Amino acid sequence: MGLIEVRNVSKSFNGLPVLEDVNLVVEEGTTVVILGKSGVGKSVLLKAIIGLIEPDAGSIRIDGHEVVGMKRKDLNALRRQMGYLFQGAALYDSMSVRENLIFPLERREQLTREELEERIIRQLEMVGLEDAIDKMPAELSGGMKKRIALARALIINPRIMLYDEPTTGLDPITAREISYLIKELQHRYQPTSIAVTHDMMCARIIADKVAVLHDGVVEHEGSLDELEKVDNEIVRSFFATE
Amino acid sequence: MVRSLVSSFFGQIGSLTIFSWRFIRSVFFPPYEFGEVKRHLDELGSRSLPLVGTTGFIVGLILAMQTRPTLFRFGADAYLPAMVAISFVRELGPVITALIVAGRVSSGIGAELGSMRVTEQIDAMEVSGIDPFKFLVVTRVLACIILQPLLTAIVNALGLFGAYISILIESDISWTLYWDSVIRSLTFADVIPGLAKTTIFGFIIGIVGCHQGYWTTGGTVGVGKASTTAVVLSSLLIILVDMILVKITVWVWG
Ligand SMILES: Nc1ncnc2c1ncn2[C@@H]1O[C@H](COP(=O)(O)OP(=O)(O)OP(=O)(O)O)[C@@H](O)[C@H]1O
Ligand SMILES: [Mg+2]
Repeated sequence: MGLIEVRNVSKSFNGLPVLEDVNLVVEEGTTVVILGKSGVGKSVLLKAIIGLIEPDAGSIRIDGHEVVGMKRKDLNALRRQMGYLFQGAALYDSMSVRENLIFPLERREQLTREELEERIIRQLEMVGLEDAIDKMPAELSGGMKKRIALARALIINPRIMLYDEPTTGLDPITAREISYLIKELQHRYQPTSIAVTHDMMCARIIADKVAVLHDGVVEHEGSLDELEKVDNEIVRSFFATE
Repeated sequence: MVRSLVSSFFGQIGSLTIFSWRFIRSVFFPPYEFGEVKRHLDELGSRSLPLVGTTGFIVGLILAMQTRPTLFRFGADAYLPAMVAISFVRELGPVITALIVAGRVSSGIGAELGSMRVTEQIDAMEVSGIDPFKFLVVTRVLACIILQPLLTAIVNALGLFGAYISILIESDISWTLYWDSVIRSLTFADVIPGLAKTTIFGFIIGIVGCHQGYWTTGGTVGVGKASTTAVVLSSLLIILVDMILVKITVWVWG
């Protein structure tokens, strides 16, 4: 039994199907990378897993609890163990970097001012941006925003981590840095993770298992080595980008 | 064209009613974000005060200027302070303030929440297990409800001061005599309904702005639309509600 189980999930918007019959199981402590072209519904799938989007049909279980149709209170309790890295970082732009990091933390843990400050600095050091603590999001570059968002998502030590395109829009060097950073965090805290991307380099660095999403279904699943041998045009097209 | 406008108006009102109901259900339950309410009060207050203050002063000035010849014609110019005071405190002050704040604050809130929606900041809050409705909407609406009577009181005072200046230019009236006749002319029935309805206007301004922003779709274009719709809808509602309230006060207090 996996920690995250997605079964027969479908979702359409205004009559246009995006997810048709998605099945995915993620074992505890592992990282699954979902590869898929732009617009196949990767973000929709991640949002469905954390309950931001309600699927039209199907079941999503986290730790045995059904997320679809879950009561708000239970959903919030579940979300307190989860971290989510948004595709566009989604930093609160009326708040400084410090306040962005405090926000999720102070409302769930009783910490003194000093403890909070210490946690924040430790977190910023981890992403190499301790100097940005008093900056506003508007003063940060795209890559810096991603890293702050990563620090914010991970500050609660989530048991489950969902990454929506952690490296897209970054230069290859920063993309590699972030991928290694994620790998290191996976190694250190071992959260169960799903990362969505079309960046093969990132997938190679962080994936235990890869699933290819295409035309609303998971086409292929397996380790990267296994996938490399699959004779399928869609799958091969990802390797061709390397 | 007209039909689609009317149906979209009623569609908005329907979803606004549900939104308002959600506000009423959330406002009494913890967690209370007092710090946020205070922050919005500071920000919204300082954002609107200069404009409403200046406008109030000038409208007071003009009102006295306009009314004077008419009253003079009937030999009633001694009633000028009373006349100005009653129209200002009962009607002009609350409505002018509300309409200006609607233009400034309602649109601002619409744009702010709208951009938070389209850049997924509202989703990010939700994902952290924090109720964004409570944190973003309830605090702003409360701030608007508290702010509106305060702003209106200031506008009333400045408007009456403007009227005094205008009267002073034409005739010479002493400061004490003016305020004496102003205060003597005002009864409970002018002041209380006047200030009471400002809280309703404050609620309209806040809830319409939040509603437009909170449910923004369609990217940056949507943010612009949310902000303009917020102004149009809140101004319209303020005038409609005012009409109803005037009817009720006249009926109750005479
Ligand atoms: N809230 C929504 N309303 C309507 N349509 C939506 C909504 N969210 C997503 N879609 C549609 O669902 C499809 C998949 O969107 P999604 O954002 O999941 O793509 P993606 O795989 O994450 O792509 P990318 O790699 O570009 O981020 C798109 O065609 C999009 O138009
Ligand atoms: Mg996406």
